[in-house]
Parts: sequence; structure tokens; C-alpha cells
Amino acid sequence: MVFEKDLNLDATELRLGLPGSSKESLRISNKRALPDMNDDSGVAAAKKCDQETAPPTKAQVVGWPPIRSYRKNSLQTKKTEAETSGMYVKVSMDGAPYLRKIDLKVYKGYPELFKALEDMFKFKVGKYSEREGYNGSEFVPTYEDKDGDWMLAGDVPWEMFINACKRLRIVRGSEARGLGCVV
Amino acid sequence: MQKEMAYSFPDEVLKHVFSFIQSDKDRNAVSLVCKSWYEIERWCRRKVFIGNCYAVSPRMVIRRFPEVRSIELKGKPHFADFNLVPDGWGGYVLQWIAEMAGAYPWLGEIRLKRMVVTDESLELIAKSFKNFKVLVLFSCEGFSTDGLAAIAASCKNLRELDLRESEVDDLSGHWLAQFPETCTSLVSLNISCLGSDEVSFSALERLVDRCPNLRSLQLNRAVTLDKIANILRRAPQLVDFGTGNYAAELQPDVFSNLAGAFSSCKELKSLSGFWDVVPAYLPALYSICPRLTSLNLSYATIQSPDLIKLVSHCPRLQRLLVLDYVEDSGLEELASSCKDLQELRVFPSDPFGVEPNVSLTEQGLVAVSLGCPKLQSVLYFCRRMSNAALVTIAQNCPNLTRFRLCIIEPKTPDYLTLDPLDAGFGAIVEHCKDLRRLSLSGLLTDHVFEYIGTYGKKLEMLSVAFAGDSDLGLHHVLSGCESLRKLEIRDCPFGDKALLANAAKLETMRSLWMSSCAVSFGACKLLGQKMPKLNVEVIDETEPPDSRPESYPVDKLYIYKSVAGPRFDMPPFVWSMDEAVKILH
Repeated sequence: MVFEKDLNLDATELRLGLPGSSKESLRISNKRALPDMNDDSGVAAAKKCDQETAPPTKAQVVGWPPIRSYRKNSLQTKKTEAETSGMYVKVSMDGAPYLRKIDLKVYKGYPELFKALEDMFKFKVGKYSEREGYNGSEFVPTYEDKDGDWMLAGDVPWEMFINACKRLRIVRGSEARGLGCVV
Repeated sequence: MQKEMAYSFPDEVLKHVFSFIQSDKDRNAVSLVCKSWYEIERWCRRKVFIGNCYAVSPRMVIRRFPEVRSIELKGKPHFADFNLVPDGWGGYVLQWIAEMAGAYPWLGEIRLKRMVVTDESLELIAKSFKNFKVLVLFSCEGFSTDGLAAIAASCKNLRELDLRESEVDDLSGHWLAQFPETCTSLVSLNISCLGSDEVSFSALERLVDRCPNLRSLQLNRAVTLDKIANILRRAPQLVDFGTGNYAAELQPDVFSNLAGAFSSCKELKSLSGFWDVVPAYLPALYSICPRLTSLNLSYATIQSPDLIKLVSHCPRLQRLLVLDYVEDSGLEELASSCKDLQELRVFPSDPFGVEPNVSLTEQGLVAVSLGCPKLQSVLYFCRRMSNAALVTIAQNCPNLTRFRLCIIEPKTPDYLTLDPLDAGFGAIVEHCKDLRRLSLSGLLTDHVFEYIGTYGKKLEMLSVAFAGDSDLGLHHVLSGCESLRKLEIRDCPFGDKALLANAAKLETMRSLWMSSCAVSFGACKLLGQKMPKLNVEVIDETEPPDSRPESYPVDKLYIYKSVAGPRFDMPPFVWSMDEAVKILH
């Protein structure tokens, strides 16, 4: 079913008539009329197709049934594997009016984490040197540890970091001087 | 003639008359009568409700209404409740607070729903408004107990602090101790959403002690059962109470202390909380059950026999929230004991299980519809339904105003006939002429939307999932539902045609959400171009929509009317279809 063929830009002009009043036939079927993804290039398309044509019986569809997270959480008597192994922390960046949440366990080390942060917030983490910390970049990743102190990210071994990190904040380089670092 | 009329009443008189007009709708109507009424009205409007924080800018509100004392704002779309709106989408309150801090020094009440509230915002509130009385953060997030400490410490006459269903970074329980000893004004305190970390209980006790007007108190899960009696004895005037944990080893002295404490609360009408319930402690409530009008047991994992016993002691119950452990038998008991019931919500105890774990079916709801003639509001999760049952419910309860049915498995047909459930929901909209809110589920074709468009003339909010066959379905709704304000759709085969054909309708609504449907990027762009009064936002976390053909469907679409133009705080995964905004990042 190639829905795409029914649709071209001319047909998308705003009209006041009923859909179908211009000789186009409306297909009535119980199938969801999505474009045939296999015609398009791109992995994302194929991924989307798999997700959406998979029968929803066993797979957990996002946001379905429509129950709020706090309800789901209060029902669980034992945590699922996903919950115990996830290490979610909030990430904020000075000047960016939004927060993200990431799972630290997903990353194998600092390079991966920093790349992900760069993509998320559109900045560049500068080169790191043990003596001077971060140089030559506007923004610097910092984290709050279990004692409530703010530390430069990148100092301690990765395993130690993910266990200590409570949340991440990407600050301007100028503010990062004087931050705690483990030396 | 008009001039004469305008001068015949001095402004003061009109102002006084207008002060009796509270509803926004009426106030808006008053402001349209003539220019001088517009002027007078805008200077004396004290309360503003903004259903979509992006529909208007803070500056515009302040410019028109210079003397506001109370503001209510809503941020994210409703589907954010179910994780369909990505983190970082928006709904930030900071800019509003910052602008109001300068313009409304006498602002006393702030009510927010689904907004991102940072500690910075809370600190700004604490600093800026000397007469601050009411803070309600309903389903909000982004703040921690540090922000709450600022509010507690600075707001000398705080009356209400309500954090219901919000997500709070619980850093320390000590924020409660920040309420100064001189603060005696609290009327309502809801901290039920706070995490399992300790809340400073002694600070809480002292606070409750010195606030004689405290009417509504909702504790969090960390507060143990043995502490409840202490709190209740300090606040026998409570009308609305939320317990914390309701579990402990059964000890006779603890039980009798608790029962005594409850019975001393002669005005208690509403109960909630009840995490981790030990059924043996439920009889401690029996003395107040006859007065109870509202009972929220939706966290109580107790079985039907215990629920039946409790409910049968509550003949005045108007509102019941409960888990599906109540089962059909429990609902039948409810139907025979609680003739005043107006609102019923039944939540699933095992939402992801494939097989039913409880004996709760359509029968329970049918029984309640039969036994409770005043039923107005229903939220019901179940695993099977029939058209016959829905028709019966519709006929029994023509006064329904809110009907939300969630059949857990998407596209489930009538279990008796295997037909779609079109006729059943059709009966609901046909018989319930005052229906304002409807959520659909089960197997549904375009026909159900035809019924909705034909009969749902008072329908204001419609939620649709995994339903319909074609654009005709969407067209029926958009062209037929005259009162429609909010429409949210997910996983339906609705595409461009109906949306474009009914573009003008979108300007009369608050908002439209469509995710995992078939609306093309091209159509979104067209809407954005042709409809300047609408903000058309495309949300896609995987890649920019313009990196694919224009005919490709967008992942998520959020359209809302706005006089403020496109917003400036969009994250990288949200694209505005406004012509003036660059689409490429």
C-alpha cells in the first residue's frame, strides 16, 4: 500500500470541500495507511516501520496503556531489570532553557558521554589536560557528586564517576575554574 | 445615545458591578460591550487563566491586565502524562515569573499545571511577591526541595502549598523546617508526591500544630502509620487528609490510638494516600466512613473483600478512586451502597500483563451505572467490553459529563460479537447530551467518529488511540464537534486531507496533538504558511523532518492557536512551521 502515490503537493492545497469530494477515492480499510517505508532510504524509516507494524500484544507500546509513571512505579513490588540497571541523571546547560535525562549506563566512557552531550546541546567539549582542566572551549561538563559538591567531569575513573554522579551540568568555561577536582 | 449611557454610570459603579463577575467567559463578554467597558474591565480583572502558556506572551497579558492578583497557567500537552512528549519540549515558567515579578508586585496566587518549574523560578517567586498566598504545582517538574525551602522561608502568609503529582528532586527533608515559627496561615499542604526520603517529621508536626486553619493535608509515602495519630490529634479540623504509608504490624494500642484519632476529626470528608495498606488497619476508619464523600484508594493493593467491607461503610461516597482489585463484585457492592456516587475511577493493577489478573469486566461498570443514578464522571480500565454494555451504561447514565474508557489491549473488539465498538460509543454520545470529555479505546472504525460528530455537540475534549480507518474519521470530528477545544490523537490513520480541509476549525480550538499518524511534512508546512494564527510544531527526535521527502509523515505534531507567534524556547527536536522561522537548524 503506497499511500505516498495518493498524495502530491497539489492535492495538499487547502480546500473547503469534504475529503473525497474531488473524485479521489478514500480507502476504507482496517490497515493503518502509512507510507510503504521500504521505498524510502534511511534506517530510521525502517526502524519506525518495525515498531509500528509489530503487533502490540506483547511489546510495550510507548505511553500505552495511558497511565502516569508515578502510578506505574507505585504498583511495582519488585523492580524490573531495566530499572535496577539504569542510572538516570538530569542534564542541564547554562543558558539552555531545557533539561534532558540520560542513562549513564549506556555509555562506555567519557568520550561517548561527551559526544552524546555535544549532540544533545550543540556545543563542543574542549581538549582536557590534567593540569589545566578544559582549555579553549566555551562549555565544560560538571557533575554533582553524592556529597553535593560540583566537580569537573573527566577527572576520576569512569566507574567511579557513574557511581558518584547525581546530576550533570554544562557550565561556561569561565565558571568552571575553581571547581573541585580530584588530584 | 451610546455616549450618554457611558457617562451615566461612573467608573466606580461599573467597577463594583464587574467585581461580582468572576467567570472568565463573562468577563470576556463584558470587555466586548464597548471601549470604556473594555478599559474598566481590564483594570479590575484580578484573575487570569491561560490554558496554554504559549498562546500568549507574558508581556501581552501584563499589558492588557495590569492589576492581576492570581494567575493560572498550563504548559505541556496532556499526552505528556504518558511520556509522549519528549523531555525538554518546553513549558518553562521562568520567563512568566520574571516578567510578573516586575509587573505584579501584589500577585498572590500562582497555579501551574504541566510546567517546568526550576528552583530559580521558585526563588524568584519567594523574593518578588510580598503578599504571596497560594502555590499550586500540579504535575510539574524541574525543581527540588531547595526551591521549596525558599518558598517556605519567605512567604510569610502562605495559605496553600500543593505539589500534587509533581516530580520533585528530593534532596533533603529539612525544607519544611524553613517555615518560620510565625507562619500560622497554612490552609492546605499537599506533599504527597515527595519521594521516599524522610520529611522532617518533627518540623511537620510543629507546623501542623501552629496552623489552626489547616483544612487539607496530604502526607507522603515516607510517613509511617504510627505517626498518623499524632498528626490528626494536632489537626482535628481537617476536612481532607492523605495518609502516608498505611502499613504496620497489627498492634492493639497502635490500632486504638489511630481509631481514636480518626474519630476526633469530625469534619473529615475526604481521604487519600493509603500506600501499602494492611487491611487489618482499615476498620480504624469506620467511625468517619459515614461522613466520607471522597475516597482515593488507587494505591491501595488490597483485595476485593476488604474493599467491599470498607465501601459498604461509606453511604455518602461521591467520589471513589480504586484499583481493579475491587473486581465486579466490589463494584456491585458499591452500586448498592453508594447511591450518591458521582465519580468513579478504576485503575489497572497489572497494566502490562497479557492475561487478566482480576475478575473485573464490563459488568462492574454496568452495575454501577444501574445503581448510581448520579454518576457523572468515569475513568475505567478493563480488558473487555461489549456494545451491549456500553448501550446499557449510556441509557442508565444520561448525565455523564466525562467518560474515559481504556480497554487495555488496543483494537479489542466487542468480546461477544467481535464487532467494532462503534455502536457502543455512539450510544454514549447520543444519550449523554452533556458529555464534555471522551476517551475512546477498542476496535473502532470511521463510524464511531460519525456518531461523535453528529451527537457530540458539547464535547470539549476527545482522546483517540489506535482507531479509525481514514481521514473521514478525523473530518467527522473536526466538522461536527462544535464545542471541541482539545483533540489528542495517537496511532490513527489520519492524514493530510481532513486536517487541511478543516484548517479553520483549528483556530477555534485550544490545541491538536497528533502522533504516529499519517500527516505529511508538506501538509504541516502548508498549515504553518496559511494559518498565521496557529503555531504548528513538528516534533522528531530522530532526525530533522526536512531531511526526508515532504510526503513523509511527521512523527509528532502539535498545533495550537496563539497570538504570540512561534516560541523562542524550542529545543533542537521541535520545528516550527511558521514561515518566519528558519526550518533548518
